[in-house]
Amino acid sequence: MNNKENSNLKDYLSKLLKKKIREDGRKPFDYRKISVETGILSQANGSARVKLGDTEVLAGVKIGAGTPYPDGPADGTLMVNSELSPIASDRFESGPPSPASIELSRVIDRAIRESGTIDVSKLCIKSGEKVWMVFVDVYPINDDGNLFDIGLIAAMAALKNARMPKYDEKTEQVNHRELTKDKLPINEEPVMCTFGKLDGEIFVDSTEREELVMDSRLSIGITKKGNICAMQKGGEGTITSSEMMDMIKKAQELSKDLRKNL
Amino acid sequence: MGGKSDKPLIVKGKRLDGRTAEELRPFKIKAGIIKQADGSCELEFGETKVIAGVYGPKKVLPKHLEENTRAFLKVTYSMIPFSTSERNRPGPSRRSKEISKVIKDALAPAINLEKYPQTCIDIHIEITNANAGTRTSAINAATVALIDAGIEMRDVVASIAAGKVEDQVILDLFQDEDNFGQADLPIAMMPRTGEITLVQMDGDMTAAEIKKAIDMCEKACLKIAKVQRKAIIDEYKNNEVKNNE
Amino acid sequence: MTEKKIEKLYVSDREIVIPGDVLAEGMSYLPSGRAMREDNKIIATSLGLTNIKGHVIKIIPLAGRYIPKRGDAVIGKITGIARHGWRVDIRCPFDADLPISEASQSYIDTNRYPMSKYFDVGDYIFASIFDISENRFIKLSTKNRPYRKLHNGIIIEVSPTKIPRIIGKQGSMIKMLKENSGCDILVGQNGWVWIKNDDPEKQMLMSKAIRKIETESHTTGLTDKIKKMLNTKGGKK
Repeated sequence: MNNKENSNLKDYLSKLLKKKIREDGRKPFDYRKISVETGILSQANGSARVKLGDTEVLAGVKIGAGTPYPDGPADGTLMVNSELSPIASDRFESGPPSPASIELSRVIDRAIRESGTIDVSKLCIKSGEKVWMVFVDVYPINDDGNLFDIGLIAAMAALKNARMPKYDEKTEQVNHRELTKDKLPINEEPVMCTFGKLDGEIFVDSTEREELVMDSRLSIGITKKGNICAMQKGGEGTITSSEMMDMIKKAQELSKDLRKNL
Repeated sequence: MGGKSDKPLIVKGKRLDGRTAEELRPFKIKAGIIKQADGSCELEFGETKVIAGVYGPKKVLPKHLEENTRAFLKVTYSMIPFSTSERNRPGPSRRSKEISKVIKDALAPAINLEKYPQTCIDIHIEITNANAGTRTSAINAATVALIDAGIEMRDVVASIAAGKVEDQVILDLFQDEDNFGQADLPIAMMPRTGEITLVQMDGDMTAAEIKKAIDMCEKACLKIAKVQRKAIIDEYKNNEVKNNE
Repeated sequence: MTEKKIEKLYVSDREIVIPGDVLAEGMSYLPSGRAMREDNKIIATSLGLTNIKGHVIKIIPLAGRYIPKRGDAVIGKITGIARHGWRVDIRCPFDADLPISEASQSYIDTNRYPMSKYFDVGDYIFASIFDISENRFIKLSTKNRPYRKLHNGIIIEVSPTKIPRIIGKQGSMIKMLKENSGCDILVGQNGWVWIKNDDPEKQMLMSKAIRKIETESHTTGLTDKIKKMLNTKGGKK
């Protein structure tokens, strides 16, 4: 976010925001149009392709079997990973995961994990020896901003779409070619609202151009009950505590509509 | 390759998925699906699904890769983690590096690289669902993405694999045939000139079988090239139709 | 036996073609733009639109990044300051410089003032390409009007292949845009367009209009459509 280099754009977007309008004609708290497709990939246990305006994300779930961690011998494991592949934007680079992609993975992971979305105690095959391991991978195809909110929707849609593979008791192997009718034990549906702040103006669902110049952002994960399950502040700017409380209130409102996409 | 199937792969001239020896899996191609990219394509060949994006010609980074008389062509082929039956760990493997290289060598002859000296043309290919034929599908998709990006080229590149299953030469292997067949022979070519730009082979085939396989691939490539062309024309025509309404 | 001479045109005017398409056969046809001769055939070398004038077959590209040419008017962004001048991003793969000697008609005194007083990092300029060296090092000039520093305003990005449509025949489109909006507009061949108006909503409307021209570039009656758009939206205010 080099604001000196983009001072004209920043000035323009902030003037519009002061009139409660965005570059694409939206109001500050409008989301772009969301569409969700699920069950589109045959190799994944569950999959989803989600669009938010021009931003597009693919998410897939793979379920395998492995040894449990010593501190939870009867608990399955969940891992969320995201990769900012250079296919989705000129700004992404090949190579080891960037700090931005690690942050995205971890924020989505936290929202799912901390809300207790998956009941890992139900993912035990044989206590102390074998448990189900659930991997969720989030892959942006086109980045026009707000990968956090849409990444979580994609991950949740793929998890809800997933079916368990068959476990062969005799060979103690997972048969990846045969899926059962069983779904994952899902208890919760967290969604996330990410707010941007530019010259004191607050808005949601930022585009790539807005992300280029905004001062700070706050992502808030909201559970079905309206509780908060994850937060992450980003950007080199600041937010006040009253702004934060306003954002939480707004997130609680907006989360209801977002959850309709699951 | 090499394993043994527990059931016959060809019964009365029909393959397990009902195809004849020379029949292709149903396939579809769509151009222009990634707004951020200069050119892009999404392709399905049976259950194999691919997305390709082209960025460039752009600055060469790192600088030492720059070539004075032509563009530096960079191809990255990768399989996303949920594209395979066991989760595929993210990041490049020896396999994906080799495939990236042969795809680059298959595309380079068709691109007028000398038109873009001191630049880089970056091609990213993501396999989103793998069911054999991922490298040939990657080449078909990357070609459409290159054309969509307005890159100057001599011809399109179309690609398909032939193989040998139960002593028969067949076209466009799917997963089971790839796993249990006797040979696999992916080919890429420029349909207008007939020049071959990719050959790989593993397994066991006679010279006569190879001749037969190449003939089959040539015919199939002409068919694929027509659909590649249509994908591009449709994208640009559609814009026109939509806008005239 | 006399050799059979084929003279045949395979495409019509304003047809979309892709690389490798055989456009014509015969030595009397001439390739132009994105087309080449191979033996007695004329072949398209990129995605484009045919433009046939007599025996000259021209392919006008429909997509692609900006490739700089000497004499082009471009919009650039100052990205750095060096001893000899300013480093400028002109949205192309090559480095571009605005040398001190080409920056202004008047004397630039770098001993008295810091160079950032003239052009600072982040500033946009309207400049002409006055030289491209053999190793593709680009020199810009802002010495003569209308080339200059662009104060305020916004920059939007469009496909460089659509720039001719935004300018219009003899500048007709751009003239109409300015007259019907009160915005200042400058168009760079590199696909950057500068829009200035004190009212940000007018800037927003103009950037929408330009995007519309970009996506609907090959439709007819576009000038009238855009004019209507500017006037009805503007009239509401």
